[in-house]
Amino acid sequence: MQRLTPEQMAERLAQDIPDGSYVNLGIGMPVMVANFVPEGRDVIYHSENGILGVGPTPAPGTEDPDLINAAKQYVTLIKGGCFFDTAESFAMMRGGHLDIAVLGGFQVSAAGDLANWATDNEKYPPAVGGAMDLSVGAKAVYVLMRHTTKDGQPKILDECSYPLTGTGVVRRIYTDLAVIEVTDAGLQVVELHDGNSFEDVQAATGTRLLPPAA
Amino acid sequence: MIDKRIASMREALTDVAPGSAVMIGGFGSSGIPFELIEALRQHGAGDLTIISNNAGVAEEGIAALLRDRLVRKVVCSYPRSQGSIWFERLFEEGAIELELIPQGTFAERMRAAGAGLGGFFTPTGYGTKMAEGKETREIDGRGYVLEHPLSADFALVRAHKGDRWGNLAYNTAGRNFNPVMAMAAEVTVAEVEHLVELGDLNPESVATPGVFVNRVVAQEGMN
Repeated sequence: MQRLTPEQMAERLAQDIPDGSYVNLGIGMPVMVANFVPEGRDVIYHSENGILGVGPTPAPGTEDPDLINAAKQYVTLIKGGCFFDTAESFAMMRGGHLDIAVLGGFQVSAAGDLANWATDNEKYPPAVGGAMDLSVGAKAVYVLMRHTTKDGQPKILDECSYPLTGTGVVRRIYTDLAVIEVTDAGLQVVELHDGNSFEDVQAATGTRLLPPAA
Repeated sequence: MIDKRIASMREALTDVAPGSAVMIGGFGSSGIPFELIEALRQHGAGDLTIISNNAGVAEEGIAALLRDRLVRKVVCSYPRSQGSIWFERLFEEGAIELELIPQGTFAERMRAAGAGLGGFFTPTGYGTKMAEGKETREIDGRGYVLEHPLSADFALVRAHKGDRWGNLAYNTAGRNFNPVMAMAAEVTVAEVEHLVELGDLNPESVATPGVFVNRVVAQEGMN
């Protein structure tokens, strides 16, 4: 099977972010999406700690210690950007004012349930951050994750075994093997990455997929 | 005459008793009242409940309170960050209690406490483990969870500028949790980078009105 690199996965998802969108990118692979949004599209990035209009990494020596993103990396503010407090920031998220949230995932179920904040390892501290608020509040939730775990176990399942972040919240899943849409009829494969057959992708998935239109 | 200025960080925290609940503003390393946290550590009151978005990294800030075993419980949304060694160590030992709250619910619970509300219904966490044991309600066809206000004995916040009435203005994204915590606690202590004269702050840029602040201390450069 052909697996996309994390950069290629982020680049693929970035193609589906329309001009004029307000977008929140989660910690990890999702923040890479900002590097690949096609030129000419105006996309405004929201950061949960109180920023609309997150800009690129600052030049060395020009960092503002208070100006960081959700992943605690130094960022800049674009022209027209602004700051606000956490309660207002989450009002934007929960209140349906953001168009797209791109989140990482441990598991996604056939019904679009997302699990991404806790595992079944009780010694490993859980961490939820803004994931639950985004999952219920953004107009569309896109999950960007590898199709399987490091040891080859499927992450797309009939039911999530890890604690849920939100129920029925995921719109699309972008993996290193395929792009999958969550529909009322089931998980619809909309795109197979080059070199992968539907059967290969189905075999790496823990629930039934619908094949792409011929 | 209203003058909320206190001469030193240590003096501003003398009445923090063992077992106090203390909110600490900031997100990651942004907007954190590092000098007040260090003064709290030196003050030495233990058995604290620390209410803050993160649980500190390396030996800095809240991590130093954890290292010195002054904290009984952490209330937060995201305790695990790159380098959060002390939290992870104590958690694995079973030496610390964790109350994990989705970040928006966390902020709104403090805002509710500060705003005199008895709670609110949020869709966040509905249908998940976070809603277990909580009252839920369907409103216009959507499921919501009842969340209660969250207050504390003290809030330690950091601002860019403050005046002797406690009006505060922040630097860029350093605002984050500081305004809601300032509203929510019994006693709010503000660490400011610059103490300015009354009238020097642009009234339009005051993000925390002085009514929410009890004590203002200028940074001493102690870190």
